[in-house]
Amino acid sequence: MSLPINEASVSAAKKAPDYLDQLEAEAIYIMREVAGQFERPALLFSGGKDSITLVRLAQKAFAPGKIPFPLVHVDTGHNFIEAINYRDELAEKIGAKLVVRYVEDTIKAKGLKEQTGKNASRNWLQTFTLLDTIEEFEFDACIGGARRDEEKARAKERIFSFRDEFGQWDPKRQRPELWNLFNGRIQKGENVRVFPISNWTELDVWAYLKREGITLPSIYFAHERELILRDGKLLNNTPVIESDPEDQIVTRQVRFRTVGDMTCTAAVESSAATLDEVIAEISISRISERGETRIDDQQTEAAMEDRKKGGYF
Amino acid sequence: MDLLRFITAGSVDDGKSTLIGRLLYDTKNILADQMEAIERASKSRNTGEIDLALLTDGLRSEREQGITIDVAYKYFQTPNRKFISIDAPGHIQYTRNMVTGASNADLAIILVDARHGVVEQTRRHSLIASMLGIPHVIVAINKMDLVGNSEDAFLEIAKSYQELANKLNIKDLTIIPVSALNGDNIVDRSANMSWYTGETLLSVLENVNVLKDQNQEDGRFAVQYVIRPQTDELHDYRGYAGRVQSGTFKKGDLIKVLPSEQESKIAKIEFGGNEIEEASVLESVTILLEDDIDISRGDNIVSLNNSPIVSQDIEALVCWMDDRKTLKPGDKYVLQHGTARSRCSVRDIEYQIDINSYEKMDEVESLKLNDVARIILRTAQPIAYDPYQKNRANGAAILIDETSNVTVGACMIE
Repeated sequence: MSLPINEASVSAAKKAPDYLDQLEAEAIYIMREVAGQFERPALLFSGGKDSITLVRLAQKAFAPGKIPFPLVHVDTGHNFIEAINYRDELAEKIGAKLVVRYVEDTIKAKGLKEQTGKNASRNWLQTFTLLDTIEEFEFDACIGGARRDEEKARAKERIFSFRDEFGQWDPKRQRPELWNLFNGRIQKGENVRVFPISNWTELDVWAYLKREGITLPSIYFAHERELILRDGKLLNNTPVIESDPEDQIVTRQVRFRTVGDMTCTAAVESSAATLDEVIAEISISRISERGETRIDDQQTEAAMEDRKKGGYF
Repeated sequence: MDLLRFITAGSVDDGKSTLIGRLLYDTKNILADQMEAIERASKSRNTGEIDLALLTDGLRSEREQGITIDVAYKYFQTPNRKFISIDAPGHIQYTRNMVTGASNADLAIILVDARHGVVEQTRRHSLIASMLGIPHVIVAINKMDLVGNSEDAFLEIAKSYQELANKLNIKDLTIIPVSALNGDNIVDRSANMSWYTGETLLSVLENVNVLKDQNQEDGRFAVQYVIRPQTDELHDYRGYAGRVQSGTFKKGDLIKVLPSEQESKIAKIEFGGNEIEEASVLESVTILLEDDIDISRGDNIVSLNNSPIVSQDIEALVCWMDDRKTLKPGDKYVLQHGTARSRCSVRDIEYQIDINSYEKMDEVESLKLNDVARIILRTAQPIAYDPYQKNRANGAAILIDETSNVTVGACMIE
C-alpha cells in the first residue's frame, strides 16, 4: 500500500522547507512516538476534518504498513449521518480496525441524567463513554485532533497530555515538555492524550487536506438545508434538538465549519462548494472557528478548561 | 513560506503579553469575536482600556491573578512567514516553564523595561536563551514612551546589555526600542523615535534565517519504530521509522548503527511508502538498509565517517524542574535522549550556576526547583550524543523520576 505522492511536497523539501511539510513531519514524528512508547494506543476518529487529517498522517507515518492502532469513535447518537457514513467507509477502505461506543448505552447502563431544555447537549456525557472505552480496551494513549489555536485552555496543553486514572487534566501539574522529547511513561490505569496537530491552525488543516487531495464529508461544503435559527446561530433541524417557541425554521445555503455533535455545532451561511472556495472564505473570515460554530464554549470564559479537568478532550 | 518559533520572555509587568497582543493586532491576526471577548473581559476588570494581554492568559488562575503561569502558544501569519509564538512566564518561580518554552525556539524576544534597564530577570532570561542555544535574540526595550522616547536612555541600556551578552553565547543579537502599548517599532516604524533607523520587531521576525541554524553536517537519525508489515507481498520489509535530527541521508550512504557499531549501507529512503532521494534535517522518513541487522527503537543510525560520542559517562548542564524532590549525588533517574531511555545515577554536582549573577557555586549538596547546575551522570547503557551547543537535537536529554514518571530535569549535554 503506497500513498499517492505529492510532487510539490517532495521537491519543496530540498529547498527551504514549507510550513506544511514542517507541520507534517512533526505530526508524523509524534504518531511514531506514540507507536514506539505505548502498548495499546488508539486514534480518536469522528469523521470530522481534524481527525481525517490525523488518519492521513498516521497512514504516512506507518506506510507501507497499516496503522498499528484502532480508530475509536464515541458516538453521541446526535452526529451527522454524513460524518458517520464517511467514518465507516474510510475505516473499511484503509483496512483499519474501527471501535464505536455509544453515549446512549452509557446513559442506560449508568442511569446518567441528560441535560434537558433547548440547549441540551450530550457533549459533556461523551466523557463518561470515552473513559469507559479507555478502560474496556486498556488504552494507554489516545490520539486526538485538538489544536492549540482553537481555544485558550487548549493553547496551554501539552502535546503528550498526562491524565490520571480518572482521565482528569491538571493544568497546574503538567509535565514539562522539552525539545521533542515526549515523556509517555505512565502507571497502569493512567493514560496520555496525544495531540499531533497541536501546532496546526484551522487554515493549515484545510490547506493540508487540499494538498493531499482528500475528499471530505459533504456537509463541509455549501448545500441547502432546513435549519433552526436560534440566538443568531443556525442549527440543524433535527428531532434531537428540543424545539423552543422562539425558534424560527429557515432554509439556507450553508456549510459546517466544524462537525461535532449536532446539538452544539452551528452551520455558517456560505456558497463555498469546493476546498479552494472554503479556504478563501476562511482566510478572510473575521470570526474564529469555535466562536462561530461551537455553542458549548460560550457558556463561561473557562468552559473548555473545566471540561478538560473532568476528562474531556 | 516557512515557520518560525519564538519565545517571549519578560517579567510580570514588562508588557510581554501586551507585546504579543500588539503583534497579533497590528498584523490583523485577532478575529472579531476574540476582540469582543477581550473587550468584555477588560471592562469587567475596571481597567477601562482594552487589555491586549488578555489574549494569551488562558487559564482561570492566570486571568484571576493577571499573570502568565504556563507556556501559551499563539499562531499568526504575515504574507512572508508563519509564526508560533511561545509566551513564557518571566517570574523566577516559573523558570522551568521558560526553559520548556525556550527548548523549541528559533528566536527569543527578551523584554526590558526602559525605566529600569537591565535587571536581574534580564540576566536570567538571557542566560536561559544562551544555555538553550537559541540562535537569535531580540532585546526589545519596551515602554520607551515612559522615558520620553529618549535615544540616550536607549543607548545606555543597549550598552549595558551588550556587556552582559559578551559573557554569554548569543550568536545573533538585535536591540530595538519599542512601545508595545502604542505599537511603536513593533510592526510599524515609530514616528516618536525618528532617531532609530534599525529594523522593526516584525521585520526581524520575518527575515531572520533559521535554515542556517540547523546542523546540516552530522548525519543523525534516532530510530523511533520498526515498520514490519509482515504481509505476503511485504514479507521481508523492515523499515526504520524516525526523524533526521541533523545532517542529510541519501541512498547508498554508508552508515553505522549505535551503540552496536554495526555497519551497513542505505538501500532506500521512503516517505509515506514512496521512495525519495534524500532526507534532510527534521524530515520524518523511513530508512531501509542493505543488511539484515538487529535494530530497534532507541538505536541511532549515523553517518559512517562522522560519529557522535558514545559513552556511559555524561556531563551536562541541568535545569532542575521538580518542586517535590531535590537532585542529589547518588539519586537514580531515567535519562531519555532521542528515542533511547537508560537508567542513570547522579555521580556528582560539579557546580551550580547562579542564574542571576552567573557566578559558579561549588560544594553544592542538592538542587531544588529552578536550579541550574553542571552534573555528572553515569548511564546504564551507552548514549550516542553530540555536545548540545554543536547539535541541539542530539545533545538534549530529559531526566524522568522512576516512580512518579514526571519529567524532572532538562539536560544539555556538554
